[in-house]
Amino acid sequence: MSLLAFCEWLMATDNSTALRESLFMYPLVESSHVLFLFLFVGLTVMLDLRLLGLALTEVKVSEMVDRILPWVRAGFAIMLFTGVLLFYAIPVRTYQSVWFRAKMIMLVLAAINIAYFHYRVYPKVAGWDADTRLPWIARRAGLASLILWAGIIVAGRFIAYNWFDCDIQPQSAFVNWFAGCVVAATD
Amino acid sequence: MLLPFFEWCETVWLGRAVIGSLWLFPVIEAVHLLALSVLGGAVLIVDLRLLGTGLKRRSPLELWHDARPWMIGAIVGLVATGIPLFLSEPIKLYYSNSFWLKISVLPIAILFTFAIRPRVLAESVRNTARRQAVVGALSIALWITVAAAGRWIGFS
Repeated sequence: MSLLAFCEWLMATDNSTALRESLFMYPLVESSHVLFLFLFVGLTVMLDLRLLGLALTEVKVSEMVDRILPWVRAGFAIMLFTGVLLFYAIPVRTYQSVWFRAKMIMLVLAAINIAYFHYRVYPKVAGWDADTRLPWIARRAGLASLILWAGIIVAGRFIAYNWFDCDIQPQSAFVNWFAGCVVAATD
Repeated sequence: MLLPFFEWCETVWLGRAVIGSLWLFPVIEAVHLLALSVLGGAVLIVDLRLLGTGLKRRSPLELWHDARPWMIGAIVGLVATGIPLFLSEPIKLYYSNSFWLKISVLPIAILFTFAIRPRVLAESVRNTARRQAVVGALSIALWITVAAAGRWIGFS
């Protein structure tokens, strides 16, 4: 079963249809997804700004990680849950959205950045825990995080717009390829 | 009474430019969301502390001094992007309850953050933990109301 076929099957399920056509549930899930940016990206930004030496410079990096990261994780759990529901409601169009695909790529990059920070950077925190200006590897992780989450927010918001939707043709060859559009051959 | 003013707003060039473009509204809206995220961090860093969690080793007042420039920057960014968004659809907003809720709570939230909350921040934690918790919860509630009403404009 291809991913597209899976999304088509998903879209035909009763619960997906119910969520998609619900008057209040869908807007509620969508609003929650947006509002939890406040918690999740908000505190992520504060963590990144600390790594960059631009905010909370008197707070130890380890204290930020110990005291703020649990909130970030909780926020991410809610983002993931509401995000999966949003995909579940509109699977085919979302799967074939260039913005959704760009968002997923940036999410993978953000995950790599987090793993890099966790396994390569943070183990050395004792050497610069209270410093204002951190080593480049730590600042780089904060900067990459800021750029990636900003890109993820923008791409996520743009999923709502249909500029590059598969059912609006003609699109450029790149869009059709990147979105995985199934375009009927023209003569 | 205000309707003529909203009708005039509709004629302002900035709103016209936003309507005339396919990309401008979504791009400004996305930047509005970016600024909202920064606002969230700047608000919560202080309010989590008032609620007795978060960065406990630093006083609420110190955290507010750290967060304030980002809070101001976020509000400036939100207003600067909010104005062109408003000018692109003032008549729709005039008839939107969500808009009126948002625009009424916004000055309260700003006033609360910059005039009322700082007074509680300076108090000693020992005697005023409960009052600080109430103020922290109220601050979160006010800003979430502004943001939620803003999001709900799009559904009406």
